[in-house]
Amino acid sequence: MAIILNEHTHILVQGITGNQGQFHTAQMLAYGSKITAGVSPGKGGQEVQGVPVYHSVAEAVTHERIDASVIFIPARFVKDAAYEAMEAGIKTLVIITEHVPLHDAIDIMAFARKEGVEIVGPNTFGVISPGKSKIGIMPNSIFLPGQVGVVARSGTLSYEIVSHLSKAGIGQSTVVGLGGDRIVGYSFVDILKKFEADPETQAVVLVGEIGGNAEETAADYIKGMSKPVVAFLAGKSAPPGKRMGHAGAIIERGKGTFQSKVEALTDAGAKVAALPWEVSQLLSEIMGS
Amino acid sequence: MKLYEYMAKDIFRLSGIPVPQGAVFTQAEKVTEFVKEHAPVALKSQVLSGGRGKAGGIKFADTPEDAAERVRELLNLKIKGLPVETILIEEKLKIEKELYVAITVDSQAKGPLLLASAAGGVEIEEVPDDKLIKRLIDVTIGLRPYAAQDIARRLGLSGEEAYQAADIILKMYQIFRAYDAELVEINPLVISKGQVLAADGKITLDDEAFFRYPAEVPNVEERTEREVKARELGISYVELDGDIGVMANGAGITMATLDIIKHFGGDPRNFMDAGGGAGTEAMAQALEILLSANPKALLINVFGGITRCDDVAKAYVQVKNSLDIQIPVVIRLVGTNQAEGVAILRQHGIDSYEEVAEAVQRVVALAGEGRLN
Repeated sequence: MAIILNEHTHILVQGITGNQGQFHTAQMLAYGSKITAGVSPGKGGQEVQGVPVYHSVAEAVTHERIDASVIFIPARFVKDAAYEAMEAGIKTLVIITEHVPLHDAIDIMAFARKEGVEIVGPNTFGVISPGKSKIGIMPNSIFLPGQVGVVARSGTLSYEIVSHLSKAGIGQSTVVGLGGDRIVGYSFVDILKKFEADPETQAVVLVGEIGGNAEETAADYIKGMSKPVVAFLAGKSAPPGKRMGHAGAIIERGKGTFQSKVEALTDAGAKVAALPWEVSQLLSEIMGS
Repeated sequence: MKLYEYMAKDIFRLSGIPVPQGAVFTQAEKVTEFVKEHAPVALKSQVLSGGRGKAGGIKFADTPEDAAERVRELLNLKIKGLPVETILIEEKLKIEKELYVAITVDSQAKGPLLLASAAGGVEIEEVPDDKLIKRLIDVTIGLRPYAAQDIARRLGLSGEEAYQAADIILKMYQIFRAYDAELVEINPLVISKGQVLAADGKITLDDEAFFRYPAEVPNVEERTEREVKARELGISYVELDGDIGVMANGAGITMATLDIIKHFGGDPRNFMDAGGGAGTEAMAQALEILLSANPKALLINVFGGITRCDDVAKAYVQVKNSLDIQIPVVIRLVGTNQAEGVAILRQHGIDSYEEVAEAVQRVVALAGEGRLN
């Protein structure tokens, strides 16, 4: 099972001829992802890693089966690329690009809602269903197939936690990066619902951080979940009013503090790890029992 | 980027939102003419932090002499540690009603949120939820006149006042979209002699959209010199108060690294997410920024996903040879090509750690030893 993607998902790469697009197309193919087409305006007819390149998404979808598109496009052109994919009827988008303007993200999400499109990101490492397929930029080596679903706002912090899980023999069903921006497509709750419904997933790890109220909203949903949740939150020592790298990671007007998130999650029955490497210990205790 | 009140009001004026007659001064000697014409006046310190009134940053005057004296006082004032350098002098309004209107972004709804209250003039956090009007705006149709008129009515306005207020709310939304704003706030929106006008103004713009700001948007720099330099390099850098310099790759892991330093009793000097950049030049510039903040020790925490550990190691070795680093440096290096990276460091007499806990405990100890010296 897994969520969002599996070994049968047919993937389009938008911006396939750029540096990032080429490099990660090769990495995804090496992992076993089924990439059926790429798009790069003006470069139709070429091939990248054996993948056919088309001028436009509309052209690509007439020639190939495409279930999801991954966007490696500079920030200021992301809105156009996302609209193009949605207009061509693609229902799942993964937007890797960071620094997408806020209002562009708002416009993308509004159009997605009308078209029934689901979006991962922007500013995400993507999605991986270990052993099956990946759409994104995460390292191929650290993941292990298994039963724990992971949902995170941050990339390298998830790698840190996932590599501890894998070393401890705890595999993952799907690992999803929501993205570090203030406006992103999938929320924690969207993904928790999918994990709750996924027969392969037995437990969930939530990796959050300060800012906004996504973790608090997630806590409300966790209260009613049948599967155990272990959380880790970054930003305990962050001062208020400063953006800690991610556009969303800022304590504003006393909202989005570390403490309020820990309390909400703990009250909801989630176990909150104090340090990143304690996540695998807590999971072992829960899953062993 | 936060704009000063007077800049926000310039944008309001350009967009057709009425604001009080006013002018900006940086010297007490120059106020005479304006005050003569507009007295009595309000003198408002231009600072970016809230709570200006409580800090004594707003004064009133009836005569030019009085105004000059008050301006002198204000220019000597510090509000939340920031010196007051600019004063906005405005005609003093006869206020009949104070309202609150703001347009901001709701992350959960993924769109603009309009907030309004008939209880304006106070910090919005102090307004109870039942006195706050909230309306989500669908960007595909925008904020429509019927919706703005509905807000005005719910604010308790009618007739000409309601018409003016609705017009202002529509123009606020136009500013919000046209200027790539994160926040457009008028608090208070006042009614004075039958006219509705913006007695205060706050606009925050989205940093990521700087490349397309309208030409009239001024540049406001709130950052330290090092923060500006880091920004130019595309590195996220925030200065903190401690003594351990930190460089990591990824916002989440950098935040977690700071937390772990605190957990083991240390105190970070900064937040630095150097991204995936393992290039020698990027590494050198990032390290220069870190070193210029005079930390007692440095921690480099790299989880090589896309970033390759051997590239990081090579870059660090080169930079170490060219920069004269006088403080202890602890490196934690794991991930892609880890063995090669560790070997390169070892050849140059540099130890690295695999576990972040060990690396952090080491750097905390080293910074502590530095503190005793």
